[in-house]
Amino acid sequence: MIREAMEMPPKGGFSFDLCKRNDMLVKKGLKEPSFLKTGTTIVGLIFKDGVILGADTRATEGPIVADKNCEKIHYMAPNIYCCGAGTAADTEAVTDMVSSQLKLHRYHTGRESRVVTALSLLKSHLFSYQGYVSAALVLGGVDVTGPHLHTIYPHGSTDTLPFATMGSGSLAAMAVFESKYREGLTRDEGVKLVSEAICSGIFNDLGSGSNVDICVITQGEKEYLRNHMLPNPRTYISEKGYSFSKKTEVLRTKITPLREMVEVIEGGDAMEE
Amino acid sequence: MTKQQANWSPYDNNGGTCVAIAGTDYCVIAADTRMSSGYNILTRDYSKIIQLVDTSVLASSGFQADVRALQKVLAAKHLQYQYQHNKQMSCPAMAQLLSNTLYYKRFFPYYAFNVLGGLDREGKGCVFTYDAVGSYERVGYSSQGSGSTLITPFLDNQLKSPGPLLLPARDAVTPLSESEAIDLVKTCFASATERDIYTGDKLEILILNASGTRVEYMELRKD
Repeated sequence: MIREAMEMPPKGGFSFDLCKRNDMLVKKGLKEPSFLKTGTTIVGLIFKDGVILGADTRATEGPIVADKNCEKIHYMAPNIYCCGAGTAADTEAVTDMVSSQLKLHRYHTGRESRVVTALSLLKSHLFSYQGYVSAALVLGGVDVTGPHLHTIYPHGSTDTLPFATMGSGSLAAMAVFESKYREGLTRDEGVKLVSEAICSGIFNDLGSGSNVDICVITQGEKEYLRNHMLPNPRTYISEKGYSFSKKTEVLRTKITPLREMVEVIEGGDAMEE
Repeated sequence: MTKQQANWSPYDNNGGTCVAIAGTDYCVIAADTRMSSGYNILTRDYSKIIQLVDTSVLASSGFQADVRALQKVLAAKHLQYQYQHNKQMSCPAMAQLLSNTLYYKRFFPYYAFNVLGGLDREGKGCVFTYDAVGSYERVGYSSQGSGSTLITPFLDNQLKSPGPLLLPARDAVTPLSESEAIDLVKTCFASATERDIYTGDKLEILILNASGTRVEYMELRKD
């Protein structure tokens, strides 16, 4: 029975082999390792000349901030960028993987990548993993067919939208977009609106915070504005500073000599087995 | 046959952090003013601190509905004490009362993480730290709430309370001056706010000394 399973080639998709073992371990009392989630606010909108993507920069592990300034806007192609929410490892891995696939495709076809190509590659990968790859993405870019903006959900469904938000702060950001979005925004108006939406997520959602990252993509040009806004400086730094002793403090010392003298006996009896 | 689980919990955690530091002739009690539920902020301006007596101040994080109920019970009990004994309760007496009140509800606890700070009958600073069911101890400093795991190691390093580190346990008020202690508290909260999502918005500091009670506020990060 075991030999048969080993000879079969892997079919692809999620392998559920270890799930039974994991369940048994949890029942015995093992604490499952937690995931680093980005607990995020990510947005995108289409303006007059292209697409603007925005993201906050906080990565959380439960209630603790693991990274105060992480990068959530990932490079896919020179004309395509992707914001990621959900499990940090999943968003990184899936965007890196599709970015490599797009590059190979560009070599193969000799053409600029299209946003719908990235979309198809991402959605088919996520669907085959049935939602276990916990990546919620906002994909945006400008190609020969024009500007495009899509949202991709962990189970593999997609939407094509003029403005989009994802992550735990998506409701806060969408409230801003629904109030103030209109078609044909200029670049500066678009950047201002995206910043407002991300700030809304940063201040009203506890899973989002720190700074605002922006990426503006237009025909033939892209601007990656890392830390475009820093609305959260540290509020108090003590003037006198704090010192920490370099050594571990010795509270007590006790030396016990083990033996006064050791005798070496030559040609003694061999040890009994 | 798996055990039946409740599909509704009577408790919620509104987050927040409390700290108290005892000095030779003062006591500093501080808490942030953010009240949250899940990933949402309910309000940025909610005080977790209540002054029960001139010399006793209670700061509690956890489930604020239970905290509010606990505060009312203590205030009522203190009023009765005043009628019966014709004097105000001392801080150690209030500490014992709080412990008894918490243990009274041992089998449906107040979801409150308390720090009681004040001045004892000699005018020295005292801090009492509690768990949810009333176990308490007099200490030189304490932190409770969501940011306590971030703040306590720092206070251990700076204040080196002999309490848990050396035996026998000794009376452990810090030799720091009042302004140094306030500076320390502000640093603690600014740092905890950076890394704990439930701590932030504003810091409320109460300083008790021989001349009375003083309040100070400081802005914290709002994200």
